[in-house]
Amino acid sequence: MTTSATPPSRSVGNQQPPKVQRRDNVLTELYRSALGKKYLMAISGLVLMAYVLIHMIGNFKLFEGEASLNEYAIWLRELGEPLIPEYGAIWATRVILILAFGVHIIAAAQLTRMNQISRGRSRYAERHYAAVDFAGRTMRWTGVIVGLFVIYHLADLTWGVQAVNPEWEYLEVYNNVVASFANPVSAAVYIVANAALGVHLYHGAWSLFQSMGWNSPRFNHWRRWFAIGFALLIAVGNISMPVAVQLGLVG
Amino acid sequence: MDLTLRIWRQPHHDAPGDFVRYQVTDVPREASFLEMLDLLNEQLMARNEEPVVFESDCREGICGTCGVMIDGRPHGPWQNTATCQLHMRAYRDGDEITVEPWRAAGFPVIKDLAVDRSAFDRIIEAGGYISTPTGAAPDANMIPVDKATADRAFEAAACIGCGACVAACPNGAAQLFAGAKVAQLNMLPQGQPERYQRATEVVDTMEAFFGSCTNHGECQAACPKDISVDVIAWLNRDYRKAKLSGARAS
Repeated sequence: MTTSATPPSRSVGNQQPPKVQRRDNVLTELYRSALGKKYLMAISGLVLMAYVLIHMIGNFKLFEGEASLNEYAIWLRELGEPLIPEYGAIWATRVILILAFGVHIIAAAQLTRMNQISRGRSRYAERHYAAVDFAGRTMRWTGVIVGLFVIYHLADLTWGVQAVNPEWEYLEVYNNVVASFANPVSAAVYIVANAALGVHLYHGAWSLFQSMGWNSPRFNHWRRWFAIGFALLIAVGNISMPVAVQLGLVG
Repeated sequence: MDLTLRIWRQPHHDAPGDFVRYQVTDVPREASFLEMLDLLNEQLMARNEEPVVFESDCREGICGTCGVMIDGRPHGPWQNTATCQLHMRAYRDGDEITVEPWRAAGFPVIKDLAVDRSAFDRIIEAGGYISTPTGAAPDANMIPVDKATADRAFEAAACIGCGACVAACPNGAAQLFAGAKVAQLNMLPQGQPERYQRATEVVDTMEAFFGSCTNHGECQAACPKDISVDVIAWLNRDYRKAKLSGARAS
């Protein structure tokens, strides 16, 4: 078919797949496939969604006042005692979260790379997108924003980095949160990051059903509503806290 | 009507391509888009210029051979319409139309607007069939299939393999095509014996050529046969089941 002097990388007109090396372990083979990576993105995303929901519900104790939030913090620290040692539940959660974040980010990076190659080098001179929404197109950016925010959030309230939250004191959870949210710059960071999280969740919470193949005419119409509801709940719920402190309703 | 066409010309697979502007005159409103391209080629040949290469076969919207990117939309501005069924009444005198080939790493350009879609053939060879002893045609309705399932399988079977889904996908992915081919057979009793092998082989072959799904839904919007992204969920489910049952068995 081709009239080129140099042989093309692929014979045009009769493409053949590269020989696939089979591995013994089905799970590593599964991970090597793009679909396997998508399953892991969906499952790790689901773990992170569950955490972000529980985290928000617990943090609503901010509205009940200093004693309630600080007692909740102590309860988390001692959760499961005496069966589980102090900080046991917290550290177990942290390990799960680190794993989920790691898997989610690595799989996303690998899939992005694969897709850039699959898209090819030539670009359409004109392209009118017909279906994709803002959330779908910005997943990588909202993901990066949320990832950077998590580091800021840990420095602000978990590690108590002086440069981020100079008034931070160990176990003074309520005061630490109020000090952070009273700072307009910090409050703005929380609001913007949680808006980005809401956008990310709107696409992710729908996509995970699709990626996992959880698909049935019985509940398909609920998947979009679940995504809208979950994204709104998390974004509005989390943003309400810095806004309440900024308005002087809390603190 | 008279039109200006901005068409991608590329001499062969490895050569760089570029847009060339052509005037095509006296296009009837009743002409199809492909007939308009025929007219352009006649006018080019009359001037001793090389005609534009594009593919077509049935020209009645059922074979999937035609298909080009028209003003940034696969198969042009009409919904659920293949390029051959797009008619020039969609345009007005003096319009400029940009025509490009499908662009994806899995669909290398052969020449001008023609791309190599043989990767789709590899996917079909991998699992787009059922193994069945041939002989006399079985009686209709020998195997009961409920109406809802038959309808959904038929909707998936409407895929003509034109490649608009790949062309529309920002990742150059073929999930809608592969999903349609797998769902069409895996929903029906005849497809059950090879169900999980089919899902595995089709996905592994697909991934050798094409990208992965990011659930944007551009494929569904571009599909001339209105195939739903539900078939992608089917594909994902059967591949997951195939791999995990394989993991338990090993």
